[in-house]
Amino acid sequence: MTDRTDKYMGQALKRKEDPRFITGAGQYTDDFVLHGMLHAAMVRSPYAHARITGIDKSSVEDMPGVHAVLTGEDVAAAGTGPIPVGWLLPELKVPPHHAVAQGEVNHVGDIVAVVVADTRAQAEDAAAMLAVDYEALPSVALGSAALEDGAPQVHDDVPGNVAFRWEIGDEAALNEAFGRAHKTVKVNLRNHRLVPNAIEPRASLAQFSPASGEYLLYTTSQNPHIHRLILAAFVLNIPEHKLRVISPDVGGGFGSKIFQYQEEVIVLLAARLLGKPVKWAARRSESFVSDMQGRDHESEAELAVDAEGRMLGLRVNTVANLGAYLTLFAPAVPTYLYGTLLNGVYKFPAVHAKVTGVVTNTVPVDAYRGAGRPEATYLVERVVDVMAHELGMDPAEFRRINFIQPDEFPYQTPVALVYDSGNYEPALDMALDMMKYPDLRAEQERMKGTGKILGIGVISYVEACGLAPSALVGQLGAQAGQWESSLVRVHPTGKVELYTGSHSHGQGHETAFPQIAADELQIPIEDIDLIHGDTGRMPYGWGTYGSRSAAVGGSALKVALQKITAKAKKIAAHLLEASEEDVEHAEGVFRVKGAPGQQKTFFDVALMAHLAHNLPEGLEPGLEATAFYDPKNFVYPFGTHIAVVEIDTDTGHVKLRNYGCVDDCGPLINPLIVEGQVHGGIAQGAGQALWEDAAYDDEGNFLAGTFMEYAVPRADDLPSFETGHTVTPSPHNPLGVKGIGESGTIASSAAVANAVMDALWHECRIPHLDMPYTSEKVWRAIRDARGAGLGQAADD
Amino acid sequence: MNVTVTVNGKAHTRDVEPRTLLVHFLREDLGLTGTHVGCDTSQCGACTVHLNGEAVKSCTVLAVQAGGMEVTTIEGIGTAAELHPLQTGFWEKHGLQCGFCTPGMIMSAAELLRHDPDPSEETIRHHLEGNYCRCTGYHNIVFAVQHAAAAMRERQAGQAADD
Repeated sequence: MTDRTDKYMGQALKRKEDPRFITGAGQYTDDFVLHGMLHAAMVRSPYAHARITGIDKSSVEDMPGVHAVLTGEDVAAAGTGPIPVGWLLPELKVPPHHAVAQGEVNHVGDIVAVVVADTRAQAEDAAAMLAVDYEALPSVALGSAALEDGAPQVHDDVPGNVAFRWEIGDEAALNEAFGRAHKTVKVNLRNHRLVPNAIEPRASLAQFSPASGEYLLYTTSQNPHIHRLILAAFVLNIPEHKLRVISPDVGGGFGSKIFQYQEEVIVLLAARLLGKPVKWAARRSESFVSDMQGRDHESEAELAVDAEGRMLGLRVNTVANLGAYLTLFAPAVPTYLYGTLLNGVYKFPAVHAKVTGVVTNTVPVDAYRGAGRPEATYLVERVVDVMAHELGMDPAEFRRINFIQPDEFPYQTPVALVYDSGNYEPALDMALDMMKYPDLRAEQERMKGTGKILGIGVISYVEACGLAPSALVGQLGAQAGQWESSLVRVHPTGKVELYTGSHSHGQGHETAFPQIAADELQIPIEDIDLIHGDTGRMPYGWGTYGSRSAAVGGSALKVALQKITAKAKKIAAHLLEASEEDVEHAEGVFRVKGAPGQQKTFFDVALMAHLAHNLPEGLEPGLEATAFYDPKNFVYPFGTHIAVVEIDTDTGHVKLRNYGCVDDCGPLINPLIVEGQVHGGIAQGAGQALWEDAAYDDEGNFLAGTFMEYAVPRADDLPSFETGHTVTPSPHNPLGVKGIGESGTIASSAAVANAVMDALWHECRIPHLDMPYTSEKVWRAIRDARGAGLGQAADD
Repeated sequence: MNVTVTVNGKAHTRDVEPRTLLVHFLREDLGLTGTHVGCDTSQCGACTVHLNGEAVKSCTVLAVQAGGMEVTTIEGIGTAAELHPLQTGFWEKHGLQCGFCTPGMIMSAAELLRHDPDPSEETIRHHLEGNYCRCTGYHNIVFAVQHAAAAMRERQAGQAADD
């Protein structure tokens, strides 16, 4: 046993989980093999919208190794229900989402049939040969196009392609605010569609035991209990305890592994029908057309200020493209996760937003890292910069004079949220200092006329994560709780297992959670392990998304640990023949205050709890505790990010030269892990701003179906990042922690976008262009602006 | 058809379909699942292994092409008890999160360090442009490789001093 240090929380410990990953011993879903396992391959629609007029199973049934071909009819005959939506809005139109298409396909990649064979190659060979007849139907890909009169109808039961209309804020108050505006600006923005692209493609492996009626599912999931609930109760109609869902090592999620996917239903069903385990593993080209995609908003934003530059109001009208089906959290993303964050970090007297959720013939859209908050942040911070430019104010100073002040928290925004705590100005100042902001502005001036232009993008964000409490999200339409559970199991030897309903797929839970426990139990971290990702072992859990693991899962753990130490203290006091009040838990022991040497170790207590030879009257043996923690509010991390880009005016090439940020996520459990989350988040947001684009043509043909067309950031695209922190604890959870998993992405698309537009404003007075800022787009914009007599002439 | 490949120092003979890719041979025939598949267009680099000492993407090599050759995978470059300096570097510098790209990153970086014992940040970033990571933003991967390079230079200097 090593000596315990003073405090584990706050230390940049290297991760406990890493030895298996760096030696190739990680166990991802596709690494599992079950005896007699068959392989499934999906037949996917090449059409964006079509009627299936015939499937000739006999075309492949005699091919080598083929066991079965399953169609939508077979799935319906097996009694399998459609996949439900997990968040309902008033008057929401929900088209049925079947595991395998029943008569009609609605996006490229929709599953038409399934072939199961002895080997994966045989299954894929047969899938490629299956004869399917289609009758192509008119299709539509762009949200606003789907709203036009006479637009192709995606689903008969979604009239006008409108799944919902939603609004938030006081429209009358907003109109009144605009009535006394000194100046207004209006910007039309497209927050284009993205493919999450976790590097591990999705995979699922199912087994069915006819004798017991039990199913086992290994799957790439961020939240195995949600899958168990949906699959058991809504799709397979079996008792939940007859389905064990194991989500082993998972190679990244970023939201894309939250949702209930068709393939998980398919392998379970195939395993039951064929009596053998069935595996499916996505090829990347399948991931592109079957993983839920992200963003895809078209918005109009209008900002009003008074004569002093104080923000008066923000008016937003957004068309959110939901894709072909409504998936698990899809209705919540462009509404409660987006509209409620349109206040940003500012003291707006009024904000009003309308959102129209539209179905199209594209891959469904759901939560992708940030989920609604990057869209809100991009919109607010972009329009704020456009206004700053119009006012001739420094963008940083324009933000500063409009910040909510530290003594105004908790702060009720005009769009429902109550921000728990915040102190925005120190983060802004620290970021400006870090990046030597005045020097950058001077350099920007110096570079004029050199053929290179410098752009500096400053954004200040707040985000809302750790959705809670459950009763509130239930009122808003969630068909899920938003609490988290934790079980702490102390063994007789004093070694400890922690169980969480959160799931780690890169976030370092196996290190961070033991750090919390080691401090509370005052034992070495080596004695503690975290178990997660298995419905057969956890009490329950809602999983990992929305940056909830530390704030909600960590808090649940803290509460369970407090139950353990309370009981341990009772046992220790009994063994020490002292009253509980006279016993303190300090320096790793339970000891009688003021009586040196009168002490019991955690091991002594754990052993006696299990031997039960000498316990206080009436106390149960054992040392184990479960907590179900339901937070009182969301948590609200915030910060300032600054991006610096250099644009070559001859080629339009944008180079992300520097990036610095100051984030406030409350106290840091493990700074190494926090920094890693920030870095990765920045890269994903910068990816959206500069390269990534899940482009469709007007008919819904997907134009970016491989890594050759879809540009995820590579090592040589990015600079190193500078990071810093301020610490403003959340007042309402026992750890004071907020979330950090999404901040980087929420902030960085906007920061990089503002940097590019800052350069183009200074060079040629272009107020706004949509992301991604490809060389071609930037070059054309500069050429057009100069041709129009704007540009350098305007600066002279 | 029969193919014999020496993997991590041990010869393996298997009957494979001619179209079997080396990565599937490693994962499915030999059970070496540390080598991952992240794409189908030879871009992500998760499947990087060494073939006769050179880093290759094992999704672009047929198993039969590796016949008679030596393959080193992540399982063969170091062990939990005796880590390769790159494995140590990735651990120390938090050069991984989900771990899925990590074996390929390490195998690719190993080749770089064989040719360049003291690579600059720019060199490392350029060398690793064929290995995608979605978690780390590559920031700590650069430091991980530099940490390993320093350790390897130190080891080499120690060995030279001993000679």
